[in-house]
Amino acid sequence: MNLQDIITKLDLKTLSSVEKDLSSNKPACGYSSDLLSCVMAGAPKKSIWITLQAHGNIIAVATLLDLSAVIITEGAIPDETTIEKANEEGVVLLSTSLPTYAVVGQLWEMGLRTSDPDQPCS
Amino acid sequence: MIPPLIVETALELGISLIAITDHNSSANIRSVQKAAENTSLVVLPGMELQTREDIHSLCLFDTLEQIEALQKIVDATLPKIQNQPDHFGEQFVVDETGDFIRTESKLLITSSSLSLDQAFKIVQDLNGLFIPAHINRKTFGLIESLGFIPPDIPFPAVEISRHMTVKQATSQFPSIGKIPVIQNGDVHRLNEFLGTLYLIMENPTVSEIRLAFENANERSMEVRPVQ
Repeated sequence: MNLQDIITKLDLKTLSSVEKDLSSNKPACGYSSDLLSCVMAGAPKKSIWITLQAHGNIIAVATLLDLSAVIITEGAIPDETTIEKANEEGVVLLSTSLPTYAVVGQLWEMGLRTSDPDQPCS
Repeated sequence: MIPPLIVETALELGISLIAITDHNSSANIRSVQKAAENTSLVVLPGMELQTREDIHSLCLFDTLEQIEALQKIVDATLPKIQNQPDHFGEQFVVDETGDFIRTESKLLITSSSLSLDQAFKIVQDLNGLFIPAHINRKTFGLIESLGFIPPDIPFPAVEISRHMTVKQATSQFPSIGKIPVIQNGDVHRLNEFLGTLYLIMENPTVSEIRLAFENANERSMEVRPVQ
């Protein structure tokens, strides 16, 4: 499964300008939290992060962890500066009006799993 | 906490300046100011605003007009939910003697839809001080919600709770950088006053407090150890 499949299946809106081919972006697993301190400590590298947090700090966190993409839920829209920062850093920023639970459910059905301490996904 | 007891307790502890910073509300400020009339206690209008990131920030002003302007914006950005006193407690508005005036029916213990950045700008444009509150706390503290202090917002100061020292804060949270760190009691009960923040300034005004935070123009600030 690649990021382009996910975008198509979940009908996600791409907020950042993406030049790279997203079908070569293969997320390792999924992670969800709205507290950035938890994300920094707990999100596996190359994972997809699902959150309703739209503050600009999400870009630094996504860069730090080399995340595959950030899906912002519940229709929350980051400000222009955040989107510009995403473009500069090459962070894939996606948006949906769905709540986090629905996104996580669909991704799980598509086969994207959580990080297992015994079998880390990255 | 009724106004005369707030004033009495602060004065007993030798505190000369307090701010009333109810959660998303300014309705009780005037009563405390009235209760402090003819005493040496200065009462600044303020608010503990909760932004959409679930972050608490102190908003401090000089005048009631300024806080009323902020209140209008906050009211318009709070969800239209009624308070349920059984779960969240009563929201009383009282007069300067502590007598009941009315109950606030709108739920205050929730987030405004303003972002931290938007709220900072609004308070700054109203010539107020915007200070992220108890940034070290796991609930409603900036560090927990946002991981680190956003480098692009010029906060005049950040506040820590009584549970750590300034030195511990700057070492544990390097993103504080050169931002001044203050410590207050976050007083919800009369026995919670700290009175350990010393501001050396000409007058108890927002612009003077700002200078004291910056240690500028012979103004200065000191956070003494919590006893």
